[in-house]
Amino acid sequence: MTELPSHRALIDRLGTELVPVRRLPPPWLRATGWLLAVAAIAGVLLMRYGTGGMMLRLHAAPDLAWAAVGAVLTAIAAAWAAFSLGVPGRRAAWAWLPLPPALLWIGASGVGCLRTWIAPHTSIASLHQSTDCLVFIVGFSVPLSALMILMLRRACPLRPVLTAVLIGLASAAASASLLEICHAYDAAATDLLTHAAAVALVVGVNAAMGGRLLSKA
Amino acid sequence: MSQALTGTAFMGLDSAIPRRASLLLPTVPAESAIANDRDTPDQRRAAWMAAAQAGDRHAYEKLLADSVAVIRAAARRQGVAHDHLDDVVQETLITVHRVRQTYDPARSYDAWLTAIANRRAIDALRSQGRRDRRELHDEDAVDNHAEAHDASTAAEGAQRARRLRAAVAALPPGQREAVEQLGLRERSLAEAAELTGRKTGALKVNLHRALKALRERFHGEP
Repeated sequence: MTELPSHRALIDRLGTELVPVRRLPPPWLRATGWLLAVAAIAGVLLMRYGTGGMMLRLHAAPDLAWAAVGAVLTAIAAAWAAFSLGVPGRRAAWAWLPLPPALLWIGASGVGCLRTWIAPHTSIASLHQSTDCLVFIVGFSVPLSALMILMLRRACPLRPVLTAVLIGLASAAASASLLEICHAYDAAATDLLTHAAAVALVVGVNAAMGGRLLSKA
Repeated sequence: MSQALTGTAFMGLDSAIPRRASLLLPTVPAESAIANDRDTPDQRRAAWMAAAQAGDRHAYEKLLADSVAVIRAAARRQGVAHDHLDDVVQETLITVHRVRQTYDPARSYDAWLTAIANRRAIDALRSQGRRDRRELHDEDAVDNHAEAHDASTAAEGAQRARRLRAAVAALPPGQREAVEQLGLRERSLAEAAELTGRKTGALKVNLHRALKALRERFHGEP
């Protein structure tokens, strides 16, 4: 208690500034809220494009289905990890949680890409169509990232850059999942490269910007 | 050890506050909000923080005072020097105030506080490191500059001294004597007169002529 007098003034000041606060909901609840927003967009896209084309594609190319499952799981895991890292005292090791589904996502997409070389009869995306993919992923990732940053504004991410990477990963994975609904062609090399570029862009921009946006804490 | 001390110091004071907090916060389980002798310091602080989140200033101030020792321990573990511990404590308390809504009373308060304190300690070590590096750079710069300066000055000085000695040696004997005695050895006129056996007036005249000759030689002035 010998050190107390030197901090007495600050403690008094903080005491006078104390107002009741609304407790932050637990990470799983906030992650669910964000994923519901993604689900709402998916609902709109499904109404617009229907489920027929998507089911046909997923049946025809099982690796594509695995890639879609990987992307959805990556979005869920990364979102949960991002919200968890916003609470001090949570283990930073949770940041590794999205890694297995991300490997499934990337791996299965890679297999799909190899298959087009082995069986070249599937329709391969031209560079122009791939650019559409890029625009789609980035176009959805930006608002989804912004929403998550907004939902984290009352949180305290002690590792802002790592949190931002997870936000980018969650947004990019969610956008790639949404793309599966209205994706008109199979995974090809150009397609995969565009996906990789889009994901890297989203993750990179988030890490660069989010570090600053989130570092207030 | 200080943690244990603060723990016992507050044992008797805290019974009323957390009970009030549990009334204010129905979401907090009553057993976690009521501090009694069975509670660990961590549980007691958790109950205080739950009360503080509801706006209980008394519990909040006790909590912050109680947190100082925990923060200092965390900062010490991170390797913060003794002089900077209080800075880390202040920064951590301010952060605790700003993000107190992120604490979940179902979880450990000490783990939550320690995570913030660790981050603030690392920030302090980084800014300290930056300062040290900058100071080191400045020292390097000064050293290098001084060294370079000294080297050139020394060389220049040595050269000038050689030229001056040569010029003095080339003066007529009377003038040389006056410069050596009055100028270089800094003797008084009386002493110089006594040593050389010359009159003070003659020494003055010789010195004057010698300086004029040297000036002419070095600066080309008449």
